[in-house]
Amino acid sequence: MEYILIFIAAVFVNNIVLAQFLGICPFLGVSKKVSTALGMTGAVTFVMVLATLVTFIVQKTILDPFHIGFMQTITFILIIAALVQMVEIILKKVSPALYQALGVFLPLITTNCAVLGVAIMVIQKEFNLLESIVFAASIAIGFGLALTIFAGIREQLSLVNVPKGMQGSPIALVTAGLLAMAFMGFSGIV
Amino acid sequence: MSNLSNLTRGLFKENPTFVLLLGMCPTLGVTTSAINGMGMGLATAFVLVMSNIVISLVANNIPDKIRIPSFIVIIAAFVTIVDMSMAAYLPSLHESLGLFIPLIVVNCIVLGRAEAFASKNGALASVLDGLGMGLGFTMSLTILGGIRELLGSGKVFNLPVFNENYGMLVFVLAPGAFLALGYLIAFINRIRRTN
Amino acid sequence: MVLVLFCVTLISSAAVAYVNSLTITSINKAKEAKQADAIRQVIPGAFNNDPVADSWKVETDGGVLEFFPAKQDGETVGTAVKTYTKNGFGGEVWLMVGFNPDGSISNYSVLEHKETPGLGSKMDQWFTKEGKGSIIGKKPGTAGLKVRKDGGDVDAITAATISSRAFLDAVNRASAALAGNADVYSGATPKSSTRDTLTEEKPVACDSLCNHHCNQ
Repeated sequence: MEYILIFIAAVFVNNIVLAQFLGICPFLGVSKKVSTALGMTGAVTFVMVLATLVTFIVQKTILDPFHIGFMQTITFILIIAALVQMVEIILKKVSPALYQALGVFLPLITTNCAVLGVAIMVIQKEFNLLESIVFAASIAIGFGLALTIFAGIREQLSLVNVPKGMQGSPIALVTAGLLAMAFMGFSGIV
Repeated sequence: MSNLSNLTRGLFKENPTFVLLLGMCPTLGVTTSAINGMGMGLATAFVLVMSNIVISLVANNIPDKIRIPSFIVIIAAFVTIVDMSMAAYLPSLHESLGLFIPLIVVNCIVLGRAEAFASKNGALASVLDGLGMGLGFTMSLTILGGIRELLGSGKVFNLPVFNENYGMLVFVLAPGAFLALGYLIAFINRIRRTN
Repeated sequence: MVLVLFCVTLISSAAVAYVNSLTITSINKAKEAKQADAIRQVIPGAFNNDPVADSWKVETDGGVLEFFPAKQDGETVGTAVKTYTKNGFGGEVWLMVGFNPDGSISNYSVLEHKETPGLGSKMDQWFTKEGKGSIIGKKPGTAGLKVRKDGGDVDAITAATISSRAFLDAVNRASAALAGNADVYSGATPKSSTRDTLTEEKPVACDSLCNHHCNQ
């Protein structure tokens, strides 16, 4: 039950993009087509769960016992950067097909603040390991949901006449605003 | 490439928020009030200037393959320093900015300037570039924060302008961030085009 | 190559560690000052002990309440309770609530909340003496305070009933726990009949909790 609550809260109520404003760059950047949005979602889910798992273990086994919590930011970002590199290399060797699908998104993920954000959040929220992983996966799914819906809307938007001044990022932002308003309807259900 | 153009480029022509659309997360996340936007902007500006200085000095001694990781470590160190200093001396601002302070590390502006400018230019030019970009970012965040605060709660910098009950609450909430920024960029595009 | 990266990391870590050693006392001081300010704010009268040094903790369902007794020359003049609720609109809400020796509320201070700005966030003003739904001077007693919608006598924040309920939940939790432990920790507290029934019930609940905790 607890895990279901974490899931619903992370996907709908506190959606990482539309309520917490993390991962906006890929949200605005790679959301012009549904297919690329799905690819990005896959890559982010993979890295986010893995990164949360590793940073959680490092925090509990190295940073906490030695009281060097102030090294958190440096350690976490290095771990994430290294993980992304590693995933890229392994994917290339093991599954060229998957690499084809996700490869182009991987370098973008290091600077996706949602990944670092989630890693820090699970420490702040004092989750245990299993809760952390469920949380990370739910956040990634929430990210994917927002990204995919948004990409679908933008595909339609590219077919209509938008006033000249609103073309490009302004209309995208206003659309995101309306989407955020829709997601606000979920608030309070958990 | 005069020093002046290094400084002013970030303020207007290549304003990181309104023109380059970089660093969107803190731009949308913390601008619920003008003071929050300004605090976030100044914290980022400090990290930008400091990391630009250090990176412009050491860039020649760092092999290409580990350039990005080294830059990230240097930036992360300055971010941590800012984080701790704010917790010590500005605890209430630190609390309202929360998670977004450690996340300066993944702000595309900082790494972007380190990679695109500081690693190729001298210390003085890099300082000016960092300062310009940082102040441009601060300015944008303050403006956006001010607009949201005014429309949402009828105040600017906590000074009441009109009765709070007439404020449009949505501008302080999440959707208002997107809406306000969207219309602001449309407005700025229009000015840029007529110029 | 590895050596360079190692050096960069080493120097950065050293710099961070140095700044950490410079700021750590200020950070802790700022945290303590915030707590001390909150205590001073919610206890109206003068006191000459150190409430933090005399504080005690009580575990309730899933959380910890902290009690800070304020004493003037050994006699309790009020107790500040750091309390919480998980029912907030945006998650947990942490309050510091001050109680007079007779169990009535002297003042409160919101320590931490994630309520909606402009709605639930008004709780830091709304329930004060100057606010529209003042709880100052009210005695939560056994029944606890309730918003008008639930048959109580507290005006909820306009359009933020959930936040208001959560706020009162935190206050009631503090009040009940304080009544339950008044006997054990300060004999000087005057008792009313309702409080007696509470003191009889609560230690049992607490004991079972404590035992449960020890067994783990």
